[in-house]
Amino acid sequence: MSSADLVALLPLIVLGATSVVVMLAISLRRSHALTAGLSLAGLAVAFWSLWPAAGVVPLQVTPLLIVDRFALYYFGLIIAATVAVVLMGYGYFERHDVRREEFYVLILVAALGSAVLVASNHFVSFFLGLEILSVTLYALSAYLADREIALEAGMKYLVLAAASAAFLLFGMALVYAQTGTMEFPAIARDLVSGGAAHIWILAGVAFMVTGFGFKLAVVPFHLWTPDVYQGAPAPVTAFIASVSKGAMFAILLRFFYQSGSRDLHATLLIFAIIAIASMFTGNLLALFQNNVKRILAYSSVAHLGYLLVAFEAGGAMGAAAGTFYLTAYMVTTLGAFGVIAALSSSERDAEDIDDYRGLFWRRPVLATVFTAMLFSLAGIPLTAGFLGKFYTIAAGANASVWVLLFVLVLTSVIGLFYYLRLVVALFATEDIPTDAEQPLPAVPATGGLTLAVLAFVLIWMGVYPHVILNVIHAATSIFA
Amino acid sequence: MILVWLIVLPLVAGIIAGLVARRSQLAARWISLLAMVAGFAIIVRLWVENYGHISILTQQQWLAQIDVPWIAGFGIHFHLAMDGMSMVLLALTFLLGIASVMISWREIHDGVGFFHFNLLWVIAGIVGVFLAMDLFLFYFTWELMLIPMYFLIAIWGHERRVYASVKFMLFTQLSGLLMLLSILTLYFAHHAATGVYTFDYTSLIGTPLAPHTALLVMLGYFVAFTVKLPMFPFHTWLPDAHTEAPTAGSVVLAGLLLKTGAYGLLRFVLPLFPHAVHQFAPIATGLAIAGILYGALLAYGQTDLKRLVAYTSVSHMGFVLLGIFIGTPLAIEGAFITIIAHGISTSAMFMLVGMVQERTHTREMSRLGGLWQTIPRLSGAGMFFVLASVGLPGLGDFVGEFLVLLGTYRSSPLLAALATIGVLFSTFYGLKFIARAFHGSNTNQWKLADLSAREIALVGSMMVILLWLGLYPQPVLNTFAPTAQRYEQVVNGPTVAFRR
Repeated sequence: MSSADLVALLPLIVLGATSVVVMLAISLRRSHALTAGLSLAGLAVAFWSLWPAAGVVPLQVTPLLIVDRFALYYFGLIIAATVAVVLMGYGYFERHDVRREEFYVLILVAALGSAVLVASNHFVSFFLGLEILSVTLYALSAYLADREIALEAGMKYLVLAAASAAFLLFGMALVYAQTGTMEFPAIARDLVSGGAAHIWILAGVAFMVTGFGFKLAVVPFHLWTPDVYQGAPAPVTAFIASVSKGAMFAILLRFFYQSGSRDLHATLLIFAIIAIASMFTGNLLALFQNNVKRILAYSSVAHLGYLLVAFEAGGAMGAAAGTFYLTAYMVTTLGAFGVIAALSSSERDAEDIDDYRGLFWRRPVLATVFTAMLFSLAGIPLTAGFLGKFYTIAAGANASVWVLLFVLVLTSVIGLFYYLRLVVALFATEDIPTDAEQPLPAVPATGGLTLAVLAFVLIWMGVYPHVILNVIHAATSIFA
Repeated sequence: MILVWLIVLPLVAGIIAGLVARRSQLAARWISLLAMVAGFAIIVRLWVENYGHISILTQQQWLAQIDVPWIAGFGIHFHLAMDGMSMVLLALTFLLGIASVMISWREIHDGVGFFHFNLLWVIAGIVGVFLAMDLFLFYFTWELMLIPMYFLIAIWGHERRVYASVKFMLFTQLSGLLMLLSILTLYFAHHAATGVYTFDYTSLIGTPLAPHTALLVMLGYFVAFTVKLPMFPFHTWLPDAHTEAPTAGSVVLAGLLLKTGAYGLLRFVLPLFPHAVHQFAPIATGLAIAGILYGALLAYGQTDLKRLVAYTSVSHMGFVLLGIFIGTPLAIEGAFITIIAHGISTSAMFMLVGMVQERTHTREMSRLGGLWQTIPRLSGAGMFFVLASVGLPGLGDFVGEFLVLLGTYRSSPLLAALATIGVLFSTFYGLKFIARAFHGSNTNQWKLADLSAREIALVGSMMVILLWLGLYPQPVLNTFAPTAQRYEQVVNGPTVAFRR
């Protein structure tokens, strides 16, 4: 392994080393602040290491990992999102009387798994990254083990994730059996030279779609989402909603683009059906929820449906639109769960819609941030979500996928309805619950800072996306 | 740069007003008022300065413009430009902005800061809509102005405010997204034809489209603008939104938001899709007639004063749609005058109903009556504006509708005859309004305060403007003339009139 290889892998190495260091530090001295501080320092170094790594890319390190601009962009996204989760988690767990420190080890390992995922172009690294991510998420979902609902969430996630991983593995095996290779580009060569795709490849891809679909939580693999979102602690939900899905979308792009399976007619058809079903199901089911976490869970099903529209559009524009949409969605969803985390107490998370009634008149800044996040989810101008939706629709119009676009338009109007329901609650002047007179928990400084930064990024991406668009175009140019 | 200031002024004033309201509500009101007055002064000054050569401007000559790249990757520019049409509409915007702040002076007590923040931001959004010459920027401001409007209805509205505000948002969002699809289709069609990615208005004019595509793309815009207008059968959000909104919200809705729909038709639909407009004109004019009659009929059936005024808007905006799609110069000029006159007369009616409600706490006709005996000045003003709305010669609305009818008669006597029936209906609802609310005996023994000095100034200046528009509309017509002449070419010879 050359020094260039090591430099390219530096972000992964730093992430891995940080989790080990944090674990050792916990065994020496249990201190919440110290643990969180060490994790942040490690993440900062990992983020910094993107620049030296950018000097040597693109680089295939071993047959397993490819470090290119696309991977680096997603590394940055994963690390930044993890920083946000750590910061909001610090304030959240300060209020809880549990062993808090292990949370950071798990989060760091999960970030490592996600990073491996986005850099893999080989079935083995793909599966390794996925399992590293999944196993830590089982533990993280059930982290507040004194809550029954958290245990349920952890169990549900464990069983379903294990089953879907089995499907994924079987799909990989079928593709391998037919093509004799596990490297994505090599699969593409076989697909091209072989003419019509063999039935085993089609079956394999179909099985793999199950694995992808589960992690992305798209219909019909979405059933775990509301329960896990509700049961897991708010910072963990934020991580699942942003980093885990983001990394999965990145590998989705990479696998289907680079292995040539995206060009299969059947793949496009399957994903079109999944996208339409997700947009409708997510938005319609969210209408009937009174729990904010569940609303956001169903909303995420719908948003992954929108993302698949960008995937369906294809080409460099589709990949760029998807990546931009995903970035915007990560910022937004982190912000939304950041607000939930900031308002949560040790007994329960602030997840009932009534917890938010009239919030604007008591906590104007927090309510404004939440409103901005909701508007971004709804795709209202000045926010990142608006440009994300614009870009996705533009990619779709360019590729003339009109059916998907009309479904997108129709369902986002349905979606607007439940986002507005939350906004109405935030600004309500009557029917404020009787315990509203009690002072709300003070927003922890770390959480407040995170929210401020996220809100800034949200507006910045929505008003002046020039800089980030350039970065994304460079990152997704590998799909041109 | 002056155009940027026109947008920045209300934005910044809105933030300041929102912040200072915690210390002093009065300061927030004054800051908002001053910002609106300043905006109005800027426009009036521009108008006076440019009046001499305004009527000979051609397509490429804007009175003022600014064009800087914004999102280079998409060819999106921050392009604002103003011609005569925009200028008159901006004058209306700031005028009604002043009126909205003043009418809220005593009506709004809760959340004063946030109220003025929203009010000024919706004004800023509307200014942006009237100035944006980049289709992306236009869509951006088009969507942006809805959010503060939504808050104005949802927070400070009446009993069914949540229902009304959500309905308003859903209607406008759905139609807006359809327009976005159309904008993007045009964008990619232009790229396919020229190899250039641009959202620029003047560049996109003349983009070759297959007739079938052009019709579909045009419909996307048409739906977005006619939902806002509103055209029958897309009008159902309007009575709810108008009725439930606070007075200032109704004024902005009726006076300005509806006008953005008419503006969009004039600015974008006609020049961008001359063929498709020609093809679609029979349907559009038919719907316009339906709106005129249906709106007037329903207005007659209402017992809630605000709802009555709301339905009259459906009827009057039918005239605007008719004038635009008939497309003769007279008809288009008439449509434009109607836009301005209706903006003023209907806003004034909403303000008067608001004043009545503030005093009596009801808008039900059955609970009113005989108001003339206790508040003669308010009732007199009410009669003035009702007569204006009905189309009394000498007042602004008459000129507009008369020109539309005249223009329509030349191309289709039947349509003109039907529309005239609408004018006849309007007399019924107008007289009903006056008779039930102001005349009769004062059975409820109302003893109320008549118009205050602030209210007299407000209502009086609106009367003066309506009289001016009714007696001497030539300055407005001159300012609008270059725009109208271009449309004439579109409809009569939809060939190359709009190519550069």
